[in-house]
Amino acid sequence: MKIALNNFDKAFENRIRLQIMSVLVANESYDFNSLKELLEVTDGNLASHLKALEKDEYITVNKSFLGRKPNTRYQASRTGTEAFKKHLQALENLIKQQKK
Amino acid sequence: MEEQDLYSEINSIRNLMERSTRFISLSGLSGVLAGIYALIGAGLAYKLLYVDAGTDTYLDFNHDITVQLFFIALIVLVLSIATGIWLTIRKAKRKGQSVWNQSSQSLLKSGALPLLTGGCFVLLLLMQGYYGIIAPGCLIFYGLALVAASQYTFGDVKWLGLCDIGLGLLATLLPGYGLFFWAFGFGVLHILYGTIMHFKYDRENSAK
Repeated sequence: MKIALNNFDKAFENRIRLQIMSVLVANESYDFNSLKELLEVTDGNLASHLKALEKDEYITVNKSFLGRKPNTRYQASRTGTEAFKKHLQALENLIKQQKK
Repeated sequence: MEEQDLYSEINSIRNLMERSTRFISLSGLSGVLAGIYALIGAGLAYKLLYVDAGTDTYLDFNHDITVQLFFIALIVLVLSIATGIWLTIRKAKRKGQSVWNQSSQSLLKSGALPLLTGGCFVLLLLMQGYYGIIAPGCLIFYGLALVAASQYTFGDVKWLGLCDIGLGLLATLLPGYGLFFWAFGFGVLHILYGTIMHFKYDRENSAK
């Protein structure tokens, strides 16, 4: 039990952060509003979690304008994708252990 | 961490990956209706070609009929698209999902290129008078568009696309029977596909 928990990523302890990462790993990139709609969270909540992931360099941010509207797109970085995979592996190991 | 948490965590990850990449509000019923329109259109075309004009094969008809056939095809196309959009919006609303989102845009983008290429190709064939390969051309390019778009929606769409491509190639082999292949590919296959989709996904969702 302890060994598996060591591989758990602190950044993914929060559920929304893990969800953001799942979306970004499955897609080339995703924009702020689509993410908000998909995860059903508030602006501020989503923004703070994105900030945290950005600080860990798990995601990259790309700001641009669509006409006059700002359009912020997020992408999973290589570090982030690796970390996500490791986290999933840890979850899998945990399940395997419990089945024994 | 509890075992239940673990499973719900993994479930939510899988669910999100699925929902963020695939547009699943496509209505099965619209497939059935599109198939019915196509069959009616093909029936009208059959009447024009074989009953009224009395041609032996559809390779030697005159200009008037070409124009009439073109309009039948156009009406079928417009009706199918309109019904498809209407029912898809209705289904998305019922499920509380948005219609114009990243996955529906990807879906349209990936399907548009083969579809528009095919549309231009078929129109050029029509202008040059190569009537024999118009129906196969429609089927092949439509099939390619479906296969290309299928990665952004239900996987079943891919099978419909592959069937249409196969049918198109077969129709190329038998140039005189284009109308029948067209009716089968756009009519019968759509109805079959739409029915399967309706029972597989739509009904299950409305029961919830």
